[in-house]
Amino acid sequence: MPRIFAYIVHKAGLADDTAPELIAAAARIDAGSPPTAVVTGWGPELDTVCESLRSSYTEIWKIAREELAYPNAEAVRKALVSVIPAGSIVLVPHAHFGVDLSPGLSIKLNGAYVPDVVDIEGADGDWLKLVRQEFGGQISAHVRCDISSGAVITVRPGAFKPVDGAPANGQVVDKSSTAGSLACGRRYLETVAAETGDIDITKYPVLVSVGRGIQEKDNIPIAEELAEAMGAAVSCSRPVVDAKWLDKSRQVGSSGQTVKPKVYLACGMSGSFQHLAGIKGNPFMVAINKNPKAPIFRVADIGIVDDILEFLPELTSKIQEQ
Amino acid sequence: MEVLVCAKRVPDTSENEIQIAGGGQDIERDDLVYSINEPDNYAVEEALRIVERAGGNVTVVTAGGEDDEEILRREMAMGAKNGVLISDEAFNGSDGRGIATILRAFVKKGHYDLILTGVQADDGAAQVGGMLAAMLDYPFASLVNSIEVLDGGKLKITREIEGGNKEISEIDLPCVLSIQTGINEPRYVGMRGIRQVASIPIPTYGAAELSMNGNAVGGAAAKVKRVDYFIPPAGKGAEMLEGGREEVIGKLIGMLKAKGGLK
Repeated sequence: MPRIFAYIVHKAGLADDTAPELIAAAARIDAGSPPTAVVTGWGPELDTVCESLRSSYTEIWKIAREELAYPNAEAVRKALVSVIPAGSIVLVPHAHFGVDLSPGLSIKLNGAYVPDVVDIEGADGDWLKLVRQEFGGQISAHVRCDISSGAVITVRPGAFKPVDGAPANGQVVDKSSTAGSLACGRRYLETVAAETGDIDITKYPVLVSVGRGIQEKDNIPIAEELAEAMGAAVSCSRPVVDAKWLDKSRQVGSSGQTVKPKVYLACGMSGSFQHLAGIKGNPFMVAINKNPKAPIFRVADIGIVDDILEFLPELTSKIQEQ
Repeated sequence: MEVLVCAKRVPDTSENEIQIAGGGQDIERDDLVYSINEPDNYAVEEALRIVERAGGNVTVVTAGGEDDEEILRREMAMGAKNGVLISDEAFNGSDGRGIATILRAFVKKGHYDLILTGVQADDGAAQVGGMLAAMLDYPFASLVNSIEVLDGGKLKITREIEGGNKEISEIDLPCVLSIQTGINEPRYVGMRGIRQVASIPIPTYGAAELSMNGNAVGGAAAKVKRVDYFIPPAGKGAEMLEGGREEVIGKLIGMLKAKGGLK
């Protein structure tokens, strides 16, 4: 079985929530040999991250280079290619950084690539069996991957529950000198914070959230009137912002706002994992969608199969009558 | 600036119920409507805007079969100068790496300053652009939601990162970028526009035209293969409210009151 590495995403000295999830994913590939953490960065923050991983990882490979102070995927890829042995399996969280790094990493390591894995069913010789989702999460697929020359696998955040293990008392191994030239054709300049909008949806305990099912901009008032009657705010999923029907500041999801309401009305949305990633605190979730197979019904508390363009106005008038 | 956009024709699954067919070997495709993968359409619009400012041409390429020509015509009606179909029996069953290998061979036959893909397609893999860039040794950036052409063979780009924050970088040309939806508002294409490009020939490239050994790609060479489709387990699943609409609304209002969802 190839050696397994887990790429640790971190920020401001804190390892990402996915760090223990990658240990759980690695155990599904090979329960016998714990993964090695790989951490790239620079300065005291990097050392803090490495230290924090010693309780869960048995070995932590540190690559400290000034060029890696900001995680520029092009430079990180070069560092990993020079440090990770050929034939290894590399696990990376499937988020904006993983999507940037991993496809090219698989080519440079000459391994197979399986993106956005939600489950791993184990290895049979050189073939690893994994589970992915397609068509916006409506359908799952079993995938076979030839790991004989290694693999890069991106793991969906939240899909693998961390397991409590014995303290690892891991050792930090400095691999900085092994990483060669990190010069690359992409240079990080700065990060600009998201614009704030007219209202702050993260402050509202009740959200009326609309998806593609609202169909056109002229239908947005249907949601606004319901929100008004409920004392709620209107939020939305990505397609609504892409279509410019609502402002970006109203978007809930991994590339939008993270909200923690008490009640969440998911109206005419499929429930993509990127959207659900922005909903925290386990709210009472009601999903209304005309497609009875919409993935949102798998996670909502209450489901209603109906057309929101007809259902929401009637709900609004009934609430107003009370 | 010569811009290449890699596009894919996909079924519109956003509002449709997907059924499994053939014992999990495929999905039921008969009733599905196909169109260009939505992020790819944003990529073509962005390419058109770049050449409108900087000069040059837009070429749209897709790997597939005859049916896929329709998306090339559609994007040509938007303003792309060339459409190219890559098609060969030897390419069938390619995994993401195989498709990137084929596209690399196509790129090497021409000269492109900038290569765009959509951020991801129906399989949610988001892989071909990054692989193609690595094979070409071009720089790559994913999730790009703004592009500004700078002097000196460079672009200033913005990536969409967590929380809607914007990561701004400079990237050297030639490069490969994957385009995030919402980067622009793609122009409307009417039937008239599509009729106007209906007679423009669309060249087809196979393994021979691309000077490729078909054994390096296709199903036999794929390191990643789909075994089957299946319906994911329901999890806890929602309690479905049944009955007439009025009855459902009555029940829902009761629940919302109990959970503090009404003011």
